[in-house]
Amino acid sequence: MTTTEEVARLSHERREYKYGFVTDIEQEFAPPGLDESTVRFISAKKGEPEWLLEWRLKALAKWQEMEEPTWVFLPYGHPPIDYQALSYYAAPKQSPKSLDEVDPKILETYEKLGIPLSETRALLGIEGGPETPAEARRGVAVDAVFDSVSVKTTFQEELKKAGVIFCSISEAVREHPELVRQYLGSVVPYSDNFFATLNSAVFSDGSFVYVPRGVKCPMELSTYFRINARNTGQFERTLIIADEGAEVSYLEGCTAPMRDENQLHAAVVELVAMKGASIKYSTIQNWYPGDETGKGGIYNFVTKRGICKGDDSRISWTQVETGSAITWKYPSVVLQGDRSKGEFYSVALTNLRQQADTGTKMIHIGRDTKSTIVSKGISAGEGQNTYRGLVQMNKGAHRAHNFTQCDSILIGDKCGAHTFPYVDIRNATATAEHEASTTKLAEDQLFYCTARGISNEDAISLLVNGFCKEVFSELPMEFAVEANKLLAVSLEGSVG
Amino acid sequence: MTTPLLQIRNLHVRLEDDPSVEIIKGIDLTIMPGEVHSIMGPNGSGKSTLAQVLAGKEDYEITEGEILFNGQDLTELGPDERANSGIFLAFQYPVEIPGVSAMQFLKAAVNAKRAFEGQNELDAGALLKHFRAKAEQINVPFEMLKRNVNEGFSGGEKKRFEIFQMAVLDSVLGILDESDSGLDIDALRIVADGVNSMRDGRRSFLVITHYQRLLNYIVPDHVHVLVNGRIVKSGGKELALELEEKGYRPFGVNESAVAGAGA
Ligand SMILES: Nc1ncnc2c1ncn2[C@@H]1O[C@H](COP(=O)(O)OP(=O)(O)OP(=O)(O)O)[C@@H](O)[C@H]1O
Ligand SMILES: [Mg+2]
Repeated sequence: MTTTEEVARLSHERREYKYGFVTDIEQEFAPPGLDESTVRFISAKKGEPEWLLEWRLKALAKWQEMEEPTWVFLPYGHPPIDYQALSYYAAPKQSPKSLDEVDPKILETYEKLGIPLSETRALLGIEGGPETPAEARRGVAVDAVFDSVSVKTTFQEELKKAGVIFCSISEAVREHPELVRQYLGSVVPYSDNFFATLNSAVFSDGSFVYVPRGVKCPMELSTYFRINARNTGQFERTLIIADEGAEVSYLEGCTAPMRDENQLHAAVVELVAMKGASIKYSTIQNWYPGDETGKGGIYNFVTKRGICKGDDSRISWTQVETGSAITWKYPSVVLQGDRSKGEFYSVALTNLRQQADTGTKMIHIGRDTKSTIVSKGISAGEGQNTYRGLVQMNKGAHRAHNFTQCDSILIGDKCGAHTFPYVDIRNATATAEHEASTTKLAEDQLFYCTARGISNEDAISLLVNGFCKEVFSELPMEFAVEANKLLAVSLEGSVG
Repeated sequence: MTTPLLQIRNLHVRLEDDPSVEIIKGIDLTIMPGEVHSIMGPNGSGKSTLAQVLAGKEDYEITEGEILFNGQDLTELGPDERANSGIFLAFQYPVEIPGVSAMQFLKAAVNAKRAFEGQNELDAGALLKHFRAKAEQINVPFEMLKRNVNEGFSGGEKKRFEIFQMAVLDSVLGILDESDSGLDIDALRIVADGVNSMRDGRRSFLVITHYQRLLNYIVPDHVHVLVNGRIVKSGGKELALELEEKGYRPFGVNESAVAGAGA
């Protein structure tokens, strides 16, 4: 057997998905189906003001006229989604006020996932050794979203002292309606696209961050999304505003139980960076990918967009996408302010029969705007990995510059890598550079490692981690270690 | 009687992808603990192939014969198990590994070997100490370990890094495939001193070289001449001098044909 075949076999075998368990708690559901009554139900559950209900209903009406888009590149296709069979709201029965009131089973769930929700325990580092994610997350404020609702946001008091608002979006609607009303839908309008419009109608929870003028957020903020319930979609909405000169770094992580049916996750994230502000948004996405025959797994159809509204502002997206049956997302930056900067660093791994069509859009409007795109695609097993990107330089984008680097690596010969870069330059002084490469995992590198005693599997993950280094180095320290491990696990066969 | 460290009997090797190509055509070679053997031979005669087969490269198929390491069948083991059992191949063309630091790479290698031996992983402090000691012994700058494996290393640096790895992994059989080619005189001495510092009557070396000069520094017990997949002559260290003088013509090698073979 040649090494390539061996590698292909290893990476094709069902890897162990550690997060595939189900938490057995009493939950409350909206009845399946989607119409006006569903939207009213969700809005009522949350005790929302009239304006928000109106906004949702407008979105619903728009969505009902829209068709699911088909331009995405999915060589294996996917079974049609029956939007009327889904439940659009699932929540633990008891909605907790303090940590003591959170269902212990939910706390346990997050502990198992390595996300401690209790600050004191987290600070003492009681859980696990120094290299566990739990330990790594010490000193990180967490908003935990369990199916449709936020169950707990940690470190709120400390953040308040710094003037930072970090809470669930439901709470923000109650406590800071003026901010939510001003910015919700300002970057991704309710009519933006099929999935974003659906989200606007039915979004149930998510995180809200406001960092006031001149404040550097004193800690990493993060949201941990967990899908637990069966036959439900998760539709969260995240809104982050960094006011003039503010700085914030935010991370989201995601897991879901192993199930044979597909589940829909259609989130919207909006970022607003005012003059001189900086937002760094990192994602570690590890939704259940389905099995080796392509059965089950999450449909991860997400709209993420940020606007560099003010001059000298900066938005940076870093994503490590290893999970989901289908990933379909293009975290984008609208570079409106002069000298603003947009960055996109991505690692997308497809193994088994996973399909990913992901990339970014950089829309240059202001002068001297700069964007950087670094995309690393890893295809193993029968995975299909597509990079799709748009770099657009508008008329007024004098001296705008983009650098794109797009590398793919193939492990085995049943997988695929595809690239669709679009460049649209309407200003003569604007420039774009593009570098791309597709390589097979090099046998000589693999042999060099194994000849030093490193096992085949460890060698593959070492090489792949090396391939991704430029992206991992963009992650906050605490999470770079986690990303490394996640990649190793995602590539692992059942051997050893 | 002591068991040979390495015993090769009637070894025949073909290309896996094209079995019509036989590269090794019946080799016998016995290396006792503590011995240094040298293989010399024209370009394309099969020296690197032999070295790679010993290390477990899968592009080749053994069609006849056997390889025993410490009396045990080596061909049953994968390349990683062979390395962990004490075989080290210093590559003729060391491979660059982008994004992986030398430190990270060696940490993985050292801990793989320890796991193989049933020992605990070394912690960061102990590893660093170990690396520093070996860097001093082999005379390589410690800074090299912070760079990515072989990436942007000069030809000479790559060869020195190979010897350094051999010392770090404390291998018992070092197979040096042209570790001297491309080295300046000082680097040659450094590589040779590194090897000599590891000679302890227990470790053995198989030194593949084109130049007698290296053998002034690493003095071999036996020299073998490999031509067209066969050992055509074996002798003491004086055989290397003879080759230097007369070339391979006495062994029926046509020089223009040799010049045409790849380097
Ligand atoms: N993987 C391979 N595929 C095709 N041919 C091969 C392969 N490996 C070795 N060969 C061929 O086998 C022969 C021996 O090659 P090898 O590299 O062992 O020679 P060498 O003695 O090390 O030469 P040099 O002194 O130039 O390093 C050459 O003709 C070479 O082209
Ligand atoms: Mg050679």
